[in-house]
Amino acid sequence: MKTLEIINNWVTQNSSVLDLGCGKGEILLDLISSKDIKAVGVEIDGSNINECVASGINVIEQNIDEGLDNFIDNSFDVVIMSQTIQVLKDPRKALQEITRIGNDCIVTIPNFGHWRTRLSLLLTGKMPITDPLPESWFDTPNIHLCTLEDFELLCSETSIQITQKISFNSSGHSNVFTRAWPNLFGASAIYKISK
Amino acid sequence: MTESVGKVTEQIFKLPSDLLLECGKTLKNIELTYETYGELNSDASNAILICHALSGNHHAAGYYKDENERLGWWDALIGPSKAIDTNKFFVVCPNNIGGCHGSTGPSSVDPETQRYYGPDFPVITVKDWVNSQAQLADHLNIKCWHAAIGGSLGGMQALEWCRLFPDRISKAAVIAAAPKLSAQNIAFNEVARQAIITDPDFQEGKYLDSEKSPKTGLRLARMVGHITYLSDEAMRDKFGRELKEGKLNFGFDVEFEVESYLRHQGDVFSESFDANTYLLMTKLLDYYDPAENYKGDLVKAFETIKAKIMVISFSSDWRFSPERSKEIVNALLAAEKDTTYLEIESSHGHDSFLFAEDRYVSALTAFLGN
Repeated sequence: MKTLEIINNWVTQNSSVLDLGCGKGEILLDLISSKDIKAVGVEIDGSNINECVASGINVIEQNIDEGLDNFIDNSFDVVIMSQTIQVLKDPRKALQEITRIGNDCIVTIPNFGHWRTRLSLLLTGKMPITDPLPESWFDTPNIHLCTLEDFELLCSETSIQITQKISFNSSGHSNVFTRAWPNLFGASAIYKISK
Repeated sequence: MTESVGKVTEQIFKLPSDLLLECGKTLKNIELTYETYGELNSDASNAILICHALSGNHHAAGYYKDENERLGWWDALIGPSKAIDTNKFFVVCPNNIGGCHGSTGPSSVDPETQRYYGPDFPVITVKDWVNSQAQLADHLNIKCWHAAIGGSLGGMQALEWCRLFPDRISKAAVIAAAPKLSAQNIAFNEVARQAIITDPDFQEGKYLDSEKSPKTGLRLARMVGHITYLSDEAMRDKFGRELKEGKLNFGFDVEFEVESYLRHQGDVFSESFDANTYLLMTKLLDYYDPAENYKGDLVKAFETIKAKIMVISFSSDWRFSPERSKEIVNALLAAEKDTTYLEIESSHGHDSFLFAEDRYVSALTAFLGN
């Protein structure tokens, strides 16, 4: 199962969904058509925002790094933060904020603990450049990369519950290896978390 | 630049009913002057209301006699294949009541007394405007606007339409607006009003019966207003410290280009605008506060809204800064309304809403289209 399908499975019919860093609105569009959700996206990129508008998605131009205090407590059934947390200035604050705003939160992250990344660093001695993390260290937007272990530790330190977790290999599939050793064989992972 | 809607004519609509105003008075024999562009479709589902700002009027697009004359104030955005596409939409722009460009206002003659209303024209509100426009919509057989669009005070008007007639409007674009004026906003308006009222030619507002009118005051009022419409950056780019004659003259006549520009703006305005209308419009703007009847709770004030609302602000606007637009957005979000918000990068200050900046145009087009 791919990320989009899992998110789709985890979101119930007619729920309200806030997608932080919604891009062109792919996830929200999928959920609108299949789950008839009430959708709001938050995005910072102008052309992405215009694409959302063209698709009829409610989108708010906002820099997540400047805070989310305009969203009130428990105002959404689900808050999604897909492949976004690693570009934020303060991931811990972001996690606290999304669990404040949403009853459930779905977070996807790239795993820096993936064996390819580990091997690349070991063999070359340079910052790994891989398919999910293709930029050089100096121009990557990913300023707060972590391993799945790190992420789970932060959740536990901030009293955030992990209720579901699935990790994927580089081609986006979950298999025996990613299930047995997610932090080694998962290139990315999706978590369902809540306060 | 794409073509304009071409030659347009203004029309006059006499309201069939008297208007009970928010101030408690009743205004009779109201006329609304308006223009329309494009064709209304068979099920009347493509109508767009354009709400003008403080000193605007109904002439939003096209020209009256020939294309070399000054085009309507929003011609950059309204026309065939433009942001507000007249090939698709039937666009209606009325002059607001209290205005001085045709609709009933202080410079109109009261048919009952055969005298100018002048200073006796009642203080009207944004709500009164919306109520008068609802009668115009009835007259045009428009049950539900596809959208209402307005910048600045026009944006507040579009928002008010959503609040007051939730079933008669599907979408609204609230551009460069604020949920209410700040003390600083009111202060600028008060300076403008004082400039007019203290002009000896104001004659307590009864100047229309005399040979003189408070042009000096109106000119000053406009000059102050105009400064707030532009950004520091726009003024620097446009005028810098350029000197008209290339040298300092050590006097108080026009020396800097910016002085010349402001004086020109003031001159043109004082010849074409009515001082009582200016007083009225600034007062109306000061009064606007949808949350007033909800103990200041904007979220409650927005509860009736059903329309999809797109709020747009401009980075260099300091009259109604992006922060002010966000107040509207946050209240709409809290009220769980369909909300979209864009902050457009632009150097034109408050006036940015008049310019056809690419991202602004494509967002408006997309919003109106889907």
